[in-house]
Amino acid sequence: MGRFLLQRLTLVIPVLLGVIFVTFVLVRSIPGDPCIVMLGERATPAVCDAFRDRFGLNDNIIVQFGRYVGTLATGDLGTSVKFSRPVGDILLERLPMTIELALGAMLFAVVLGIPLGILSAYKHKTIIDAGTMVIANLGVSMPIFWLGLLLAGFFGIVLRNTPFQLPTSSRLTASMSLSPLIEVWHLQDWTGFPRGIITFVSNTFTLSSLLQGRFDVWLDAVRHLILPSIALGTIPMAIIARITRSNLLDVMGLDYVRTARSKGLGERTILFGHAMRNAILPLVTIIGLQFGTLLGGAVLTETVFGLPGMGTMLVDSIFGRDYPVVQGFTLIIALLFVFVNLLVDISYAYLDPRIRLG
Amino acid sequence: MRTLTLGKVPKAAPAAASRSLGRDALHHLLRNRSAQIGLFVIGFLLIVAIFAPFIAPHDPITFRADNGQVRTSPCIHLFGCPADQPEYLFGLDSNGRDLFSRVVYATRVSLFIGVATVTFGVVVGTLLGAIAGYLAGWLGNVIMRFMDVLLAFPSLLLAIALVAALRPLILENGLSPLIPALFAIGFVSIPVYARIVRSSVLSIKEQDYVLADRALGVPTMRTLFRTVLPNALTPLIVQATLGIASGILDAAALGFLGLGQKPPDPEWGTMLGSERSSVFNAPHLLIFPGLAIVLTVLAFNLLGDGLRDALDPRLNR
Repeated sequence: MGRFLLQRLTLVIPVLLGVIFVTFVLVRSIPGDPCIVMLGERATPAVCDAFRDRFGLNDNIIVQFGRYVGTLATGDLGTSVKFSRPVGDILLERLPMTIELALGAMLFAVVLGIPLGILSAYKHKTIIDAGTMVIANLGVSMPIFWLGLLLAGFFGIVLRNTPFQLPTSSRLTASMSLSPLIEVWHLQDWTGFPRGIITFVSNTFTLSSLLQGRFDVWLDAVRHLILPSIALGTIPMAIIARITRSNLLDVMGLDYVRTARSKGLGERTILFGHAMRNAILPLVTIIGLQFGTLLGGAVLTETVFGLPGMGTMLVDSIFGRDYPVVQGFTLIIALLFVFVNLLVDISYAYLDPRIRLG
Repeated sequence: MRTLTLGKVPKAAPAAASRSLGRDALHHLLRNRSAQIGLFVIGFLLIVAIFAPFIAPHDPITFRADNGQVRTSPCIHLFGCPADQPEYLFGLDSNGRDLFSRVVYATRVSLFIGVATVTFGVVVGTLLGAIAGYLAGWLGNVIMRFMDVLLAFPSLLLAIALVAALRPLILENGLSPLIPALFAIGFVSIPVYARIVRSSVLSIKEQDYVLADRALGVPTMRTLFRTVLPNALTPLIVQATLGIASGILDAAALGFLGLGQKPPDPEWGTMLGSERSSVFNAPHLLIFPGLAIVLTVLAFNLLGDGLRDALDPRLNR
């Protein structure tokens, strides 16, 4: 296991360097002078020169890249041109929202997708099977933003003033607020990494509200997450349902299942006791792969539901030529994706001895 | 026993099995339910796209709300809409244009985007994958590592960044605003095809018939294009069909974010983006373009699934 881990980790390093390089080049190739974009059309050349000097934009591109990698190595993501604040701080505000959304979507996808797939396989070649697969096919064919808008229209307008009405924008109802944990726990003198962790937890409203015992805020935050999670989670839900079904059907045709059948076991016992474990295992990979799609889809979901997450910030920064923010955010997203895939590989090796020993 | 040569005709096929694998696959494809539905809908969409000027009752760009009423409900005479009112099947949009005509015309754009992006992705991806798989060595390694890097980005985010980089340049030169979107969507799909082709090529290149070519002194490139690549075609065809579906979805997403077709030209995603606020008072303006996207994407997904089943010789039927 140790050797396997080491091998996987060394494979990740060149990919990460590549990611840093591609992000850097891509961001520089966005046309438009950041000075003009930031300071306006009437910025004088002298002012612009000072501006570029301050953000190191006058130097040779290779020097800029070297400096960027150097500061990255110290854990510094740079400073936003637009907000004059460290990119890391902005990230700590925006990332928790997106992670809550992605996890909510994944929860929806798994909780609904796996049972649907099992049901479909169990009732193979019946109307229930066909119906479930129609739903799954529709699910993968629907634009996230369209589904989001329809959900917002239905739960926000059609069901208004009924108990089923759900909020369609922002993270909390306007009358609700949550104090930062730093203040609640009197940790103002904390700095550096521990402070970052506390800020991160503090901005994860569903976690922070529980830590403060504010169950009303927790419920409100969760209610705000429901519609975005469904919109974002529908595609992975459909994919998971389809794969669960086809894996189960494959496994049900294997010899050991036939053995179980010839022992006189009931179909239900075979399905849940014998077939399920082998059918569910490959889903770990699928769930990991879907994570990247979720992070991309988060841009659309956050736009539709007006959520202040990473996605909306990233798109705003691309249009606003805020180089450091685009770089930092893209890098973190790619990092997250690579990390999740690594986790998937490791868990897979852990679950399936053939892989780590093979 | 049938030899599993994946789409290549066994030269000394016994007379009894005279049907080639290709015709065999077509036979199975036409009997596959999802493929039937998919092909039918795609055929329908092609007709709509080709004959759009004859199907659309109005011009998709002209302002028609002479009485100042925009965002009107659908007016269909057959279903009781007063005969003295002009007929608009899907109603008028926020800018007083006939929504039905716009949806019809936009079919052209979406089908074109789907096919064009996949063609680009498949051609470049196949070349890179074939080189990486057949020639191996440092070049192959560099190519595949670069593909890994591209796969580390969520594809939609990478596409957005690419469009942001290219769009101003394209617009300055008066070219179609669709070009950056087409390029970006095609570009982010390259790694998928490159990986498929590479792994197929790797498994094929040690087969006896390829080794025979090499032993006979056939030039490498000739072997690659005439012997190896045709045998890697099956998974590529399936992925390309599914790729059309995801290309259309991605293009709609870019359009929704304002990075696709420029208004007033009709494109489903762009239409949804500009009618966003109508969700609260005229939801039908969102429902129809969205349904058009779902129908198109669903058709290609169904055809792709059908193709996978029909082309898979392991599947017992």
